[in-house]
Amino acid sequence: MSTHDHSEEHHTGLRVYGAVCLTLFVLTAVTVYITKFDFGDMNIVVAMIIASIKAGIVALYFMHLKFEDKLTWIYALYPLFLLFLLIGFTIIETFTRVPVIR
Amino acid sequence: MSTTAQHAESHAHGHGLGETVTHNAAKFGMWLFLGTEILLFGGLFAAYALFRAKYPDLFYESHKKLDISLGTINTIVLIFSSFTMAMAVSAAQKRNRKWLMILLGVTFICAAAFGVNKYFEYSAKFHHDIFPDTNIFFALYFMMTGLHMLHVFLGMGIILALIIMAKQGRFKEGNRYTPVEVGGLYWHLVDLIWIYLFPLLYLIG
Repeated sequence: MSTHDHSEEHHTGLRVYGAVCLTLFVLTAVTVYITKFDFGDMNIVVAMIIASIKAGIVALYFMHLKFEDKLTWIYALYPLFLLFLLIGFTIIETFTRVPVIR
Repeated sequence: MSTTAQHAESHAHGHGLGETVTHNAAKFGMWLFLGTEILLFGGLFAAYALFRAKYPDLFYESHKKLDISLGTINTIVLIFSSFTMAMAVSAAQKRNRKWLMILLGVTFICAAAFGVNKYFEYSAKFHHDIFPDTNIFFALYFMMTGLHMLHVFLGMGIILALIIMAKQGRFKEGNRYTPVEVGGLYWHLVDLIWIYLFPLLYLIG
């Protein structure tokens, strides 16, 4: 954190924030619109990919993650890794469970 | 990243390195807290994944009872409030008190509008005899959106405190605007979680 002392002074203005906001609106419209089409099991995957793009844009630009140092990135991503383990293994366990015959 | 000229300018206002370190430490502290928030909701997301995998038909049939247009409006309102919050931080950086207060005010109004919308949604559900104990989908729906709503209320309190601080002239030239930036981070997380809740609850294909 000591490498750049004035990291707080990155002036992102109306132009970038406006573009980000519009992009988020468009992606929201897209994610609502595509529910009209059925991609089968891919529905949830497509919805989550769009949500993740939106979340990424919010973190990078609105939350200034783009301008943050490595340590902040590590602490921002680490909970996502834990979440991946928790949800990933929950799903694997659910689909691979074999009924036990008593 | 700032230029040397900006460095010199900032130092001219008389804040030493201590101020910058405090600012960065506060921001980092908020990121740590947001990590715990993600894991708090993470437990519910995991429960959602488990039960949706087990009962896909129940989830599909139940989600039809949610109002997609109200959900979409709330998504737009929350994204817009994130935008005005980001602009508020920008105004604080420029020490523009008038716009800071206006933008924080708009953010607060959006948050309130989200709450009012949610109130009507919950009322409609109760009116149709849908409660948290109706089935596992609605248990998760009320728990996840309820916990999120709690965060919206807390965020409204923070934004209101920031408006009062701005009115008192706490973010004037030469002063730190750290509370605005840190409060902003919290508010963006509230938006970020809703970005996932919306497709998971309202848009089950």
